[in-house]
Amino acid sequence: MTAIARRAPAPAPVSGLVASLLRSRRLVQRNLLVYKRGWMVIFSGFFEPLFYLLGIGYGLGTLVGDVALGDGRSISYAAFVAPALLAQASMNGAIAESIFNVFFKLNFSKTYDAILATPLGIREIAVGEMLWSLFRGTLYVIAFVLVMIGMGLVISPYLFLVIPASILIGAAFSAACLATTAYLRTVQDFDLPMGLVVMPMFLFSGTFFPIDLYPQPIQLAMELTPLFHAVGLLRGLATGLLGWHELWDLGYIVAFGAIAMWIALNRLEQRLIK
Amino acid sequence: MAVLAGSRPRTPTVTGAIAGAARVLQRNLLVYRRTYRGSLFGSFLTPLLYLTAMGIGLSQLMANGGSTMLGGVEYLDFLGPGILASSCMQTASFESTYPIMGKISWRRNYEAILATPMEVHHLLIGELSWIGFRLTTMAAVFLFVLTLFGIPRSPLALLAIPAAVLTGVAFAAPIIAFAATRHNDSGFAALFRFVINPLFLFSGTFFPVSQLPDPVEWVAAATPLYHGVALVRGAVLDAMPSSWPLHALYLVVFVAVTGYIAHRLLRRRLVK
Repeated sequence: MTAIARRAPAPAPVSGLVASLLRSRRLVQRNLLVYKRGWMVIFSGFFEPLFYLLGIGYGLGTLVGDVALGDGRSISYAAFVAPALLAQASMNGAIAESIFNVFFKLNFSKTYDAILATPLGIREIAVGEMLWSLFRGTLYVIAFVLVMIGMGLVISPYLFLVIPASILIGAAFSAACLATTAYLRTVQDFDLPMGLVVMPMFLFSGTFFPIDLYPQPIQLAMELTPLFHAVGLLRGLATGLLGWHELWDLGYIVAFGAIAMWIALNRLEQRLIK
Repeated sequence: MAVLAGSRPRTPTVTGAIAGAARVLQRNLLVYRRTYRGSLFGSFLTPLLYLTAMGIGLSQLMANGGSTMLGGVEYLDFLGPGILASSCMQTASFESTYPIMGKISWRRNYEAILATPMEVHHLLIGELSWIGFRLTTMAAVFLFVLTLFGIPRSPLALLAIPAAVLTGVAFAAPIIAFAATRHNDSGFAALFRFVINPLFLFSGTFFPVSQLPDPVEWVAAATPLYHGVALVRGAVLDAMPSSWPLHALYLVVFVAVTGYIAHRLLRRRLVK
């Protein structure tokens, strides 16, 4: 803390993106320090997608059998579900960090009020929380991809592109969650986004079976959700079946993340600067 | 409260315990009045979405032979009652973690309550009845949705409500005991990740437990969810296994034992 005080002179010059990014790292540092005491929370996060992979991929997989891909190949149900579970994990990680933890800091522990008294501004807080969430997410993504390789679920030369793609997805969801959190006022307000957005997205994202098994109107609704595109992109990379559709998925996620970040910055500014 | 102080005898009696627990239940209902719409809507939405999203699509994917492994029922019929039991587990578990911890140490409601003639066993029985009440409404709404999908086979399906409630309470009691020993909420994340979520995935909700390797199957069979799913599925599909008294007995004994432990631990935490 004393280091911060010494290095940043009082009226902080808001000079450029780089300086802002450099200041954001202080928030990451802060979170690292806090989680030194709560490492169990981070560690246990590795197991969640793993349990889903075992339960859904293998347990349900024995009932389902193989799934036909667009190019005529058939892959095991576990290989079909694994990239989608990775997309889900990226989203859930963003929710845990950027909704629940940020909400707590924003409303209960008033962490940001304290931080704003330092040379850090709204932009640095938002970017810092996002970077932290990405750091945590990246750990999980790498672990999960290694598990996929270990279990022989890798059937694509592009598999390692799954890691940067998941990080991008995590960033987009993290921005969206920050924007949402800035609007939430009470704990009961959580029910609305969780029940009406997150759970339907989790179920209607093409995770569990190919989208063409759904009726037409549901298919169209699914096309609108970011998780559907995240699942599409990761599945394309993991199965090696890439085409224009995956490019559209990528574009959608980038645009979604950018818009969400813009909303998050504006709204957080309204909430925090009086 | 003044009424209670005047009229209630000091030696613990059954009527005293009921009256005390009723006060706790009353308090929680009063709080719930402000938020019940969202929670009832959630109880309605969860099965609706799960069954539309997973049941229908996966039923098609399993059209060729999956149902023989499920004992001859459609996947939708298999999944519906499983989700009912495991949703009760999840709700009961959530209600027994953060809210209880909040009342013990964040808002200190219990400290305030115990300053009146109320006692620890009133708190525990009251909270368990409250969770039972929440689960009853939830299970009823759930069963209604299952009916929309044409899943229940006979009026016997109504028995799924008490079975699901019992399943949930079998999680509430031990988790309240756990919460009574905690000084911060970080243990809850581990509880949900290492116990509740794996149970949701591996206790017969999504696929028959018999598909698991033997040792995993034994572990699954030792958990209350396994027995709860067996009862709820038996009731809804009118195919009660002949072992049903054992499943029910297991759950009742489980609630009694863990409830006793919860009382001990809550007392140790709250009474100095």
